[in-house]
Amino acid sequence: MAVTKLFGAKVKRREDPRLITGKAIYTDDVKLPGLLHAAIVRSPHAHARIVGIDLSGARQTPGVVAVFTGADLAGKVGPLPCAWLIPNADLKTPPHPAIATDRVRYVGDAVAVVVAEDRYSARDGADRVKVDYAPLPVVTAAEQAVAGGAPLLHEQAPQNIAFRWKVTGGDAAAAFAQADAVISQRFVNQRLIANAMETRGAVADYNPNTGDLTLWVTSQNPHIHRVILSGVLGIPEHRLRVISPEVGGGFGSKIFVYPDEAIVAFCSRELGRPVKWVEDRRENYLVTAHGRDHVTDVALAVRRDGTLLGLRGRTYANLGAYLSTAAPGVPTILHGLMLSGAYVLPAIDYEVVGVFTNTAPVDAYRGAGRPEATYLVERLMDLAAGELGLDPIEIRRRNFIRKEQFPYTVVTGITYDSGDYEHALDTALRMLDYPAWRERQRRGPTDGKLIGIGACTYVEICGLGPSPVAGAVGFQGGLWGSAVIRVHPTGKVNVFIGEKPHGQGEETTFAQVVSDELGVPIDDVQVIYGDTAVTPMGWGTYGSRTTPVGAAACAVAARKIIEKGRKIAAHLLEAPEADVRFEGGRYFVEGAPSRAKTFQEVTLQAYLAWNLPPGLEPGMEASAFYDPPNFTYPFGTHLCTVEVDPETGGAAITNYIAVDDCGRAINPLIVDGQVHGGITQGMAQALWEAAVYDDRGQLLTGTMMDYAVPKASQVPLFVTARTETPSPHHPLGVKGVGETGTIASPAAVVNAVLDALRPLGIRHLDMPLTGNCIWNAIQQARMKTKGVSP
Amino acid sequence: MKRAITVTVNGVTHHHEVEPRLLLVHYLREVLGLTGTHIGCDTTSCGACTILFNGLTAKSCNLLAVQANGATILTVEGLAQDGRLHPIQEAFWEEHGLQCGFCTPGMMLSALQILARNPDPSEAEIRHGLDGNLCRCTGYQHIVNSVQNAARRLKAEAVPAIPVTATAQSAGGKGGR
Ligand code: FES
Ligand code: FES
Repeated sequence: MAVTKLFGAKVKRREDPRLITGKAIYTDDVKLPGLLHAAIVRSPHAHARIVGIDLSGARQTPGVVAVFTGADLAGKVGPLPCAWLIPNADLKTPPHPAIATDRVRYVGDAVAVVVAEDRYSARDGADRVKVDYAPLPVVTAAEQAVAGGAPLLHEQAPQNIAFRWKVTGGDAAAAFAQADAVISQRFVNQRLIANAMETRGAVADYNPNTGDLTLWVTSQNPHIHRVILSGVLGIPEHRLRVISPEVGGGFGSKIFVYPDEAIVAFCSRELGRPVKWVEDRRENYLVTAHGRDHVTDVALAVRRDGTLLGLRGRTYANLGAYLSTAAPGVPTILHGLMLSGAYVLPAIDYEVVGVFTNTAPVDAYRGAGRPEATYLVERLMDLAAGELGLDPIEIRRRNFIRKEQFPYTVVTGITYDSGDYEHALDTALRMLDYPAWRERQRRGPTDGKLIGIGACTYVEICGLGPSPVAGAVGFQGGLWGSAVIRVHPTGKVNVFIGEKPHGQGEETTFAQVVSDELGVPIDDVQVIYGDTAVTPMGWGTYGSRTTPVGAAACAVAARKIIEKGRKIAAHLLEAPEADVRFEGGRYFVEGAPSRAKTFQEVTLQAYLAWNLPPGLEPGMEASAFYDPPNFTYPFGTHLCTVEVDPETGGAAITNYIAVDDCGRAINPLIVDGQVHGGITQGMAQALWEAAVYDDRGQLLTGTMMDYAVPKASQVPLFVTARTETPSPHHPLGVKGVGETGTIASPAAVVNAVLDALRPLGIRHLDMPLTGNCIWNAIQQARMKTKGVSP
Repeated sequence: MKRAITVTVNGVTHHHEVEPRLLLVHYLREVLGLTGTHIGCDTTSCGACTILFNGLTAKSCNLLAVQANGATILTVEGLAQDGRLHPIQEAFWEEHGLQCGFCTPGMMLSALQILARNPDPSEAEIRHGLDGNLCRCTGYQHIVNSVQNAARRLKAEAVPAIPVTATAQSAGGKGGR
């Protein structure tokens, strides 16, 4: 491992100057000569047959250039594919047309598109498209959708079941037979909306003379967009250029390929002019993939001393009306395989049923499956502790996988790379002064407020790769990272990466890595991404994979550069290659440090090529496609204290402490930023956020007034710390950190609130724990103790 | 149908004929090409479109361009002066007060108003003052730090938080709020 000076330093972000001056180009900022604007007409019904569409009013609207319906797309735009075909699950993949032709299946399903000279006219035209719908019965909840007599969404999927997937390991029947106690609970992990501050958008520019299509799109993975849209549109990949400019947050929602992008590309190809579509916030709520939405019945078998014996359960995962790009993998592979948590758990017998309903498609949202798994496991640990009379910290400690047990294969079959769970836990307990808080809680409230202390000890699966595993679990792609390093004659460096950062700061962290490896100043390194025409193929930024996988690719490519340089330097210095060392930006002969060439001198010679070793190609460029040998497994402990006001039901977070171990941290400032943002999103799930449909499939939380994205005054101060357990298989020891906060915080916060409510006999409440939810529970608990039935 | 307007933006006066229904944010972004002002919701909920309108913060997604007739506007593009970043920009950069940067222009302009009213705000005052601006990336802590950092910088440099070009009311202005 290179001894480095920027690794671990709080380097100010290089992406910031353009962002703080308003000079950054987001998709909506892209302007082209002759640009047209599209507005998509969307179904107001959750389920209906399309009886007829009248486009005459729209066509007559001033400024309108064209109106298209699903019929116009026939033979030109294929259905949107699902790209995670989980095996052994009898997966059904009913077609997902870009524009519905005969039937709509959720509110927001596209039925037509209006293209006009400006966005106001496009919207005017869209308002004048008249669709005659024959409403059909609606089902929005997964359990109801699989029950007899529920309306059927797709003929291909009887009972609305998309898949049944099982994970089993160990002998669960024996575990439950031996148990001293069985903790059973039903958990609802509510539906959420990602709410990136920038909505989605696309600008398509088709050139009829060359057949080339350029698409600017809000994407976390432009190469995946290219691969999939190439198939959907029938445009060969080398003729399709996808540019993902500045992207204003994604949190998963910009991984997927949506109908809208195919529609815009189609419009441009039909009209021979560039076309822009930008989602408004209402559309974002209706059609951008939602997250979570699990209903789970689960049981945990334990011994009296708290030892875990086994876990059994079933989750109904609501997938919405169609399978989004990665939908089947989230509640199964990313959720089911992580149900062992940070613990030695000898047996699991668990089923996930994926279900179609008349709601927006559901897919990966920050954490994707791991927050759901962690929430189940960590709530069960608290419930078990309560039942057995153990301290919640103690039961966790007793069951931890010990640091000497790594690498550790859990019963679901995956192998955790490294960990020291007790160290992170102890660090967090010390930072909070846990015993003091328990004491304060025991003394009872002085001001009527109830004090609760909650913990979450988690482990997550990160750094998505290696590719053979991706293939084995049905993901229709590889999961490696790529980098091309091009050193110019003067020694200045461009790094082209396949991943697409969108706020995570990898433009800076990768520059730090390359600068260290090559021994050049960071200002001599520029990181370039987001354009399929210039960057190497890559699988995208999600699953906290970009730094662990992409930074490794950068390091490997840089080391190839150094090796090539060593050949040239040895030749120039007339020394055996094995005797030439590289350090601090210089090649020198071992034992004769003055016999040296700088990196820049060697690079210049690589380009001049006047005097290269025989047979060596000129130029100084290297590429790396890094396929990791295993996933990485960050872990940590989050602790939270709350004060619940029994008169209002309001829960206020009084302390939030996060100790995360993401292996080696390249830039601690950026790591902290990721952790803060992640905790906030998880905390918001615990206390405020929910996507709510009514019985007819209307989204009640369809505006920012109704969906509770947290504000600055609602969020506490976070205290963060890190322990450092490098990944043993990673060239930089890096694990990934983008999702840890969102994975840990829902359980930490909910455990704290329910700890506060325990004296009232309240065992469990489902998220979000709004004031109303808590207040109602308190009222019911009080009536019960008074013997009044509510 | 079109109406003539005169608007001073970042110290430059513009005359345009605009549709009465044109939103101010679209005027800034599409007509003037000042795309630093962003649209996150167009229903006054997110604050991404925040500008200074006659020296006070306003959400430009809920004003019409015609209402800006005679007004003086500051957008993010007007913060840096003479090639030098405004202290609020320096502060956001130094404190890692942004990630994707989409909320950032609106955040910085709201922060300026907080500091113009109270050069030494408490953490709670800053958080309360930023409640009209949503950030989905940062968890706010680094934004709060940025505002505190900006407060220190402004005090040290003894300059007003809001650049003077943003507050000068042009004569006959009737576009105020
Ligand atoms: S775009 Fe104006 S407040 Fe959101
Ligand atoms: S930095 Fe992304 S929304 Fe604030």
